[in-house]
This record gives sequence, C-alpha cells and structure tokens, in this order.
Amino acid sequence: MQVLIDNYHLYLRGLGTTLQICLYAGLLTLVVGTFIAGCRVAPLTPLRAFGTAWVTVFRNCPLAVVLFFMAFGIPALGINASYFVFGTIGLALYTSAFVCEAIRSGINAVSPGQAEAARSVGLGFGQTLRLVILPQAVRSIIPPLGSVMIAMIKNSAIAGAFGIGGDLYAVGIRQSSAQGEEIIPVLLGVALGYLIITIPAGLLLGYVERKVAIAR
Amino acid sequence: MRNGKLTAAAIAASTGLLLSACGSGSSSEEGFSAPVAENPSFEQGTTMAEYADSGEITIGTKKDQPLFGLENLNGEMQGFDVAIGEIIAGKLGIPADKINWKETPSKNRELYIEQGKVDMVVATYTINDKRAERVTFAGPYYEAGQDLMVKQSNDSITGPESLRDSEAKVCSARGSTPSERIREYIDPSRLVLFDTYSKCADALRNGQAQAVTTDNSILMGLVSENENQFKVVGNTFSEEPYGIGITKGDTKFCQFINDSLRTAAENGTYQEAWNSSAGKVSEKTPELPELQSCG
Repeated sequence: MQVLIDNYHLYLRGLGTTLQICLYAGLLTLVVGTFIAGCRVAPLTPLRAFGTAWVTVFRNCPLAVVLFFMAFGIPALGINASYFVFGTIGLALYTSAFVCEAIRSGINAVSPGQAEAARSVGLGFGQTLRLVILPQAVRSIIPPLGSVMIAMIKNSAIAGAFGIGGDLYAVGIRQSSAQGEEIIPVLLGVALGYLIITIPAGLLLGYVERKVAIAR
Repeated sequence: MRNGKLTAAAIAASTGLLLSACGSGSSSEEGFSAPVAENPSFEQGTTMAEYADSGEITIGTKKDQPLFGLENLNGEMQGFDVAIGEIIAGKLGIPADKINWKETPSKNRELYIEQGKVDMVVATYTINDKRAERVTFAGPYYEAGQDLMVKQSNDSITGPESLRDSEAKVCSARGSTPSERIREYIDPSRLVLFDTYSKCADALRNGQAQAVTTDNSILMGLVSENENQFKVVGNTFSEEPYGIGITKGDTKFCQFINDSLRTAAENGTYQEAWNSSAGKVSEKTPELPELQSCG
C-alpha cells in the first residue's frame, strides 16, 4: 500500500485527467443523445431513420473500434487534433447511443394523452417535446441514464488507451510495468480513484431523482 | 437419433481440426534450428532436471515484436528472443516443437513468473533493479538502447537533445521504461502513449506524432515492417541489457542459462540466431554482452 502513499500526486493527476475526459464527454453525450432521441420520435421519416441508424451503429460497434476510427481514421483524412479531443469525442459518440435509448424509454413512458393534449392546444413538435414531454420524461430517465453515465466513466479508461495517457488507469499501468510495482495494490488504488468519481455521481443522481419525483 | 449422431460426429471432427490447428503452432525459424542435447543429465532436484524430465517448457515471449518475438500467420514463432529460447531449451534436451510459447505482454512479465505461468521469460526484457526484486535475471543476451524513429524525410530530429526546444510529439508505449526516460527531455503533454508500438507507427505515419521512441531493437522491427517510410535516428541514449527472467532466487538455473549463452556464443549458434532474425535489418552482429553474476 506504500506505493499509493508515495505516488498519491500521480494518482491525483490521473484522477484529474479522467474527470476532465468524463466531464467533456458527459456534457457532449447528453446534448448529442438528447438530439438523437428527438430524431427517433420525430414525425419526419428521414430524421427517424437517421436516429435509428445512429443508435444501431454506435450501440453495436465496440468502443475500441469507435476510438480506433477517431484516433487513426480521422487523421488519415488529414484532420489533426489532439488525442484528447479525439478520445473524448469518440467516447461521447459511443455513449450517445445509450443516452438516446434511455431518453427514448423515458419519452415512451409519458402517457400519449400528454402529447395529444399539447398538440391540441397548438404546440408544434419541438415545443411539445421540449415543454411537455421531456420534463415529465426526466423522472423515468434518471435511473437508466445514471447507469449509462457510470459506464461511461469506467469506459474512459479505454479512451485513455488511445493516445491520451495520464488518466487514472494509465497511471496504474505506468506504476506497475514501468516502475515494477506490484499490480494488486496499484490497481486497488486505481479502483479507489474510479469509486471516488462514480459513487458521488451515483449519489448525485439519486438526489436529482428524488428532486424530480412526484407522488403518484 | 441419426441426426444426433451425425452432429456428434461433426463436432468431434471439427474439434479434431481445431486441436490439430492449435497444436501445430510451434516454431520454425527460417534457416535457424538450435542444437538439441541428447539425454542431458542434471543434478536431481534442480529446475533443469525438472524441465528435462518433463520434456517440455513454457517460455513467455512477445508475439507482436518483429525480429524479436513474432507469431506469423501460420502460427509459427520467429525472432531473436524465440531463437534464444530455443537455444536454452535445446540445452535441456527439449526440441523446438516441445516449447509452449505463452504471449507475455510487458506488464505481465513479473506476474507470470511469480505465478508459475511461464518457466522463463525472453521478451525484450530489460534488466533493472526494481524488476530484479521480483525475478532473477540471467544474461544479458543482448544490449539494446533507446533510440528515436522518425519519418524518412525528417532531418531535424537527430537525438533526444533536439527534442527539447521543439514542438514535436513523441510516441511510446505506456508503462515502458523508454516512456519514462523520454520525460527527461520533453514535457509530459508532448508524450503520446499507446498500448502497442504499431499504433505509434500509425500515429507517426499520419502526422499525429513526429517521433517514436523505444529500444532500437523494436524500432528496427518497425522500420522493417514499413519499408522506406521510417528510419532509426541511430543515436542511442540508454543501455537496455535484455535479460531472461526466471523465478526469483533460482541461482542454479540462472547459471545454467548463462553457461548455455556462453557456449552458444563460442560455437556460433548465437550469431546464427541473430543473423536469421534481427540481423536482417542490422549491419553488425552483436557480441554477447558480459554476463551478470547470478548472485
């Protein structure tokens, strides 16, 4: 366990990098996922087809493949950015398929009467979704969305392997193989780091869930 | 019932095919075969006696390292590390086709030895004090050194010092000693880390990195795989003695390996091993480095 005490600053920096990846990817994926969910319930067939195609592609491709295309495919087209940008976007795109489905399940849980009522008072599709459906859908979205987000936090380790480096898991690898520390305490430290992020995230989601809940 | 029998026969047949396909995955070095000792005798109770009696040995090596340890598409093992493994197995009376090659990535090397998953590790394994706390090293059998690989058209990067004031991004494998050492020359933000060096070669090709750094032995392999694209700068800035990792404290086995290496260097087997593998892209044949004491 001495390795954790001696190298706590490395772990802290790794925690910071992982948090950064998760924060940017999390925000981006929420925006993209919500937009795609909107597409999937839209009255226009091309939009629905686009939404379905998006979810099919990103939900069924392994994350490593998505990241591989980001890290090596995009630069091959002559577009260069840092691996941090590629990795974060790749992680966000992959997760957006799951976010979309969580949101769509929430939308489906809202009684169809709500949408019909909104239409009958003259609201358009966008307004109906934004003002009537989504606010009610949030209640049933939170639990599955929480699982998706926590999965994303853990998946950030895979994004870290595509050139970013310095994330929590990469710190563990560096300790155990370059510096020859024993792998079990090193990985316990890594696990602890992820728990420091995921447990408060879970608590926060529980809090939000209680806040938006209504007595039924 | 008839159908059931047919299915069972089909499964049996395909399993047989599968097994035979896996079983053939032993080694054949182009133009190199290590001499196999006939009925060597060893002191009872030693590791050598144990392996010689069982007639087989498990050697941990890399399977993705051209010129050193590479499994080709036919499942055959090739490279200098593989040849060294065969030389030692040969001294134990174990022919090449009785060696079980176990893929041993860098981060698992100590663990596999400690857990007994492999009997020895020959996997571009640099000897250092930290690692020597957990395993015993025989050898070294080769002296590599950290170097830089750049695009063939690049003349501005001439060595690690030339990186200091540049903006160049440098790629290496995470958890490797070279990735630690290069931190003395560049800011960590300019260090790009992947799990394999082949990804670094891709990053170098499409301009996401300007240099790849690791042991020259590995860089030579990458150059040989990507003809006319890359070059090794040729300005080594470290000494990386490659050792053979065995169970901590097994002095007798360590001495046996050292003796085997010495004999191989004297009778030319060592040089043959080099020429059939890494020697294909390197002009000079190395001398066997001075062996460490087994302590």
